[in-house]
Amino acid sequence: MSETGPPPRAIPRESLASRLIQAVAGLLDRPMAWIQRAVGGRGMAYVFLAPNILFFGLFVFLPIGINMAMSLTGGTNLFLSERPFVGTDHYRSLMQCGSYLDPASCREDHFWKGVSNTLKFTLFQMVAMVGTALVTALVLNRKIRGRGFFRAVYFFPVLLSPVVVALIWKWILQRDGLLNGAITLVGGEKILFFVEPGWAMFWAVFVSVWAHMGFYTLILLAGLQAIPADLYEAAEMDGTKPMRVLTRITLPLLWPNLVVVLVLVLIKAVQTFDEVFVLTGGGPGTATLMVVQYIYETAFANQVQNFGLAAAASMLLGAVLFALTMLQLWIARRKAA
Amino acid sequence: MSRVNTSRALLLLRQARRPGRLGWTDILAYGYLALGVVLMFGPVLWLVLSSLKTPAALLEFPPSFLPLTQKTISVPGHAQPLELHRVRLPDGSVKELAQVRRIGIQATMIDPASPGGPVIRVPIEAREPVREVAFAWSNYTEPLKQFAFGRYFANSLVVTIVATLITLLINSMAAYALAIYEFRGRNAALLMVIGTLMIPITIVLVPVFLVVTQLGLNNSLWAVILPGAATPTGVFLLRQYMLTLPRDLIEAARMDKASEWQIYSRIVMPLTLPALAVLAIFSIMWRWNEFLWPLAVLTKSEVYTLQIGLNAFQGELQTQWHYLLAMTVMTLAPVALVFVFLQRFITTGIANTGMK
Repeated sequence: MSETGPPPRAIPRESLASRLIQAVAGLLDRPMAWIQRAVGGRGMAYVFLAPNILFFGLFVFLPIGINMAMSLTGGTNLFLSERPFVGTDHYRSLMQCGSYLDPASCREDHFWKGVSNTLKFTLFQMVAMVGTALVTALVLNRKIRGRGFFRAVYFFPVLLSPVVVALIWKWILQRDGLLNGAITLVGGEKILFFVEPGWAMFWAVFVSVWAHMGFYTLILLAGLQAIPADLYEAAEMDGTKPMRVLTRITLPLLWPNLVVVLVLVLIKAVQTFDEVFVLTGGGPGTATLMVVQYIYETAFANQVQNFGLAAAASMLLGAVLFALTMLQLWIARRKAA
Repeated sequence: MSRVNTSRALLLLRQARRPGRLGWTDILAYGYLALGVVLMFGPVLWLVLSSLKTPAALLEFPPSFLPLTQKTISVPGHAQPLELHRVRLPDGSVKELAQVRRIGIQATMIDPASPGGPVIRVPIEAREPVREVAFAWSNYTEPLKQFAFGRYFANSLVVTIVATLITLLINSMAAYALAIYEFRGRNAALLMVIGTLMIPITIVLVPVFLVVTQLGLNNSLWAVILPGAATPTGVFLLRQYMLTLPRDLIEAARMDKASEWQIYSRIVMPLTLPALAVLAIFSIMWRWNEFLWPLAVLTKSEVYTLQIGLNAFQGELQTQWHYLLAMTVMTLAPVALVFVFLQRFITTGIANTGMK
């Protein structure tokens, strides 16, 4: 692959895809003409918008309202009309803690364990993710041979499903797996990675960085390539040391992109669920149980399905995400200005 | 583009100035990349190699790199093929012998070259199995017969294709409305689209389940297809692209008495194909890999998608890694194919939109 890759080519109008669209669209010509006669040419804007907005309404906005109602009602029935109003009971039981620093002292100890694990995970993951993505982007931005190949190498795990990613690593990390084979080969003792809480968290972070780093690397790489080349030329003319070029030119000019990546990683990390769930199942015990897993299990996997409590917990998570997204939009606006 | 060309020319000039010199930073960079190749490709390679091992070979510790099995040989006079071993004989010579039987620490061997010859008794420490590379393809064929793996594969295929078609249709219609028309409520609609960016399925898991149940879609593939069909990223991507199309084209079509639907479907859609292709690739990726929502909503195994089926297997088949690994490879394969052929589309699409 070349330096940046040419932009995707415009597909010729007579291509197969285009002919397919024409054939299907032809079927709707007549009904759409009737509708246009009824609502007028300008009214068609609403007709075009309607399906998408209907989907948003049904599966995003209406659910937000229902979520609120669910979190304020109790019982095990799913339908709102069958649920008694309980006020802020769910929120209160979520917040009821002897000490917020000790999840075990809370009434909903798994929720707080999830919060504390998610915080830990987020912190470690942000540092590891942004660090490795930055280093990788810097290396890929050099004049190296086979850059396209190496970029693909770092990127491809992004496309793998979380279940596949987790199983790949589970197989390597199991008791008689490849890694323990290597450890015994150099004279070490087998380590039970999913039995020791510290190791389980380490691999949860490691595996998620392995899977998603390529995506952030691409964003940072795009940022690096937007830095004017003449700046580097000038620095070279002046005989500037590489380290100084990095800290005085590259990093300051990349800073806006780095902040964007940082916030994106943060938003994703707070919602971590799938890879960790398949890799460790939240274990050992609750050592890698995340907030989203708590919500999923409370609503769907536990013996007693407590929809109200799950809804309340997801409202709290939603508030955090809302704040983070606002932060993201604010940063994006400042970057544009 | 011109900036890239100038910088490339400068690079060439620089390289011409000091040909072939590798600084310490270059060595570090290539070292890092080599490590990256091992760390990124290694696990997948290991998965593929392991998926071709027999259950016995998978139990081995430390594991062998290639899928190896005991080599056997047919010897006249014996109904079953015999295990071949390399044996150190008392006189110090090493010979390949076939094992007839083993009792305790004593093994009875014969020379396959002279089947009628005398049997040789050796202690088992003196023999070492001869092994050859053999692929256990049954790991791949058995799950298709024994488990509903084919069913899950078909379900995933249906979900991915139908959902992507719906997404392309309704997202492009909305994008067309937001890009081409001036109408009352346009800004409100745009704000709504931005708003949905903030509400991932993790937040509305329970209420979406309620909506889907009310619609009577529980445990049907529609329950997976519909909730994620309208994507805010798709609307933005397509609208951005449509804004760059020349307006005269649309005005000219209106002069020719084309209906609005015809303008959208015959003029704007074909011109938007590159952006539609990017969205299609993203949608295929999202849908094929989707996990949390299908996990919550699909409870009957007939409607499981591949990801949910695989997750269920990993709970049940803890002791049958050979099937699990092969199924993992089969789940990964379509994505790998898409990547090999469309890598450039995917990476430029991500670099241009900052989404995945």
